[in-house]
Amino acid sequence: MQDSGINVLFMGSNFLRLLEGLCVTLRISLISVILSIPLGIFFGIFMTLKNPFSKAISRIYLEFIRIMPQLVLLFIAYFGVTRAFGWSLSADVSATVVFVLWGTAEMGDLVRGALISIPKNQYDSAFALGMTKAQTFIHIVVPQTFRRLIPLTINLTTRMIKTTSLVVLIGITEVLKVGKQIIDANRFEYPSAALWVYGVIFLLYFLACWPISVMAKKLEKRWG
Amino acid sequence: MENKVQLKINNLRKRFGTEVVLDGINLTVNKGEVVVVLGPSGCGKSTLLRCMNGLEAISEGEILLDGEKITAGSKEITKLRQKIGMVFQSYDLFPHKNILDNVTLAPIKVQKIPRKEAEERAEKLLRRVGLWKKRKAFPRELSGGQKQRAAIVRALCMNPEVMLFDEVTAALDPQMVREVLNVMLELAEGGMTMVIVTHEMQFARAVADKIIFLEKGKITEEAEPEEFFTNPKTETAKEFLQSFVYEKHKIQ
Amino acid sequence: MQLNWGFMEKYLPMYIDAAILTVKIAFGGILFSLITGFICAIVRYYKIPILNGIAIVYIELSRNTPLLVQLFFLYFGLPKIGVVLSAEACAIIGVTFLGGSYMAESIRSGFESIDKVQLESAASLDLGPWLTMKEVVFPQAIAVSVPGICANVIFLIKETSVVSGIALADLMYVTKDLIGLYYETDEALLMLVIFYLIILLPISIIASVLERRLRYAGFGD
Repeated sequence: MQDSGINVLFMGSNFLRLLEGLCVTLRISLISVILSIPLGIFFGIFMTLKNPFSKAISRIYLEFIRIMPQLVLLFIAYFGVTRAFGWSLSADVSATVVFVLWGTAEMGDLVRGALISIPKNQYDSAFALGMTKAQTFIHIVVPQTFRRLIPLTINLTTRMIKTTSLVVLIGITEVLKVGKQIIDANRFEYPSAALWVYGVIFLLYFLACWPISVMAKKLEKRWG
Repeated sequence: MENKVQLKINNLRKRFGTEVVLDGINLTVNKGEVVVVLGPSGCGKSTLLRCMNGLEAISEGEILLDGEKITAGSKEITKLRQKIGMVFQSYDLFPHKNILDNVTLAPIKVQKIPRKEAEERAEKLLRRVGLWKKRKAFPRELSGGQKQRAAIVRALCMNPEVMLFDEVTAALDPQMVREVLNVMLELAEGGMTMVIVTHEMQFARAVADKIIFLEKGKITEEAEPEEFFTNPKTETAKEFLQSFVYEKHKIQ
Repeated sequence: MQLNWGFMEKYLPMYIDAAILTVKIAFGGILFSLITGFICAIVRYYKIPILNGIAIVYIELSRNTPLLVQLFFLYFGLPKIGVVLSAEACAIIGVTFLGGSYMAESIRSGFESIDKVQLESAASLDLGPWLTMKEVVFPQAIAVSVPGICANVIFLIKETSVVSGIALADLMYVTKDLIGLYYETDEALLMLVIFYLIILLPISIIASVLERRLRYAGFGD
């Protein structure tokens, strides 16, 4: 290490700017998760319907979203939709739309999995006690699915945060972009800035995701 | 009182697709009577019980409880089910609720009785089966026998007029079978109307007022227990009973 | 929508080259991920001192950071301390760094699923650690691990789409390039989707068939 590139981080408001950049991605992921949860619950229930038509539709939606890299979906939303429909979606909006579509599919699949994992006997026992379908759903099905879903939903949040790092590739100014600006601005004074800046970004992401993962794992153990 | 008809089944047929599972069942269960249904596996015993509780829709015939028709999926079914308690082979307690909440859930939510009253009812019953101390435990912390006793209490808490037992000891370790059967014997002595599917022959003989032998969806014998166990009329029943007898082969 | 077929035909070879690059990086990354994952799984399963701690730290770091950030660090950061790697090498190392932890967890869950009695039986037959692993644990574990491994393979192929971020001319890069240069957006995106489907669809079908087989065939119960 020929120079002290680490100093770049403490110059002016550089570190603060990085944090602000991180907030851009965190904000997009948070909004996406908050929208995905209720939509995913509806989608998950929709997927458990026995109707062949609804089954086919939800299947195609889920499979398409799942098989495409999220970056491809981002490109389609950002470059394709803008042109095809003449809407000009900003990068922020198209990113949020894509992550909500993706999150809804993933959340829906989690909800579906939790719903069908409840043994038929649980329904029979509830019916045998004179409960109506609605009562069975509220008192037996929902609490049991809820417990299974909480850790999985928290996990989905970390996946969402990691995935939103992609938005830099459609030009959103987030933490990686800010990092690059800082590096470029100090190219001659601190040639080794890149190591420190990207190292710090790496750690920032870790600090954002790791506690959430730990929490999910703990809950999974307790309720699993 | 003695001969008041509680449950009546007229010419019941049940088909799964083209397969006939129950074929013209006629059965009368009087108040306070204990009926044990025996038969080889796959003869339709469990399906019969599930029909009685409206868990399976029937294809033909009718099932009457106190003269009221039981129809799966009907509006009245939840009302009627409150009069019929059912206990399953796999206990099926609600895993997210402790024992007390398991047994008081339906009285509170379905019968809408005050929590305090439901808990008093539950306490009496849980004490009777020796589970009051475990009321705060969750199902996963109990042994199979304890879970099954709790499941019986859960059904009893609704003050049912009829209890249906579907092979409730089949999944239990031998030493736990006894504790569950004792609870059932006590219930029978208390005058509960019961329909029991079981493979415990000695228990069946002791508890039953009437034995029904089911074969390929038909009732082929209906007899008092002594009569059935000492002198079965059909070949299949003879073979069936023989399969529970163990003899050491004589050395020639 | 009127598609410009001539355009698509003209740039087809570019897409094919890009797809080959994508597959190459994915293949290399997945292969090394499996090796890394297997080693970590063994270390974690036997709780080998020191190495176990390192494996835990690695797994947590890798699972809680995005691949794109890992790549930026490898490609732009490391040369500053004299470690200069080609973009392709960075991509493969990045995919391996990410995939290794996912593979480790899948493989380990297979090991953990083996009943303790199986190990005791093996011990009572005096098989020793190597034979126990080879003859008893591994064959049973693999059946449990395969669905997870398959899911990881698909996940990693999808993840390679971010290598365009370090200027590798993969499918994403070519697409972005063509959109930027010629504004033939629909055609470029259509080809992008088709090429990813060509790569991913067969693998996803194989994976679901494998999973169904293993679930129903299993080993006895």
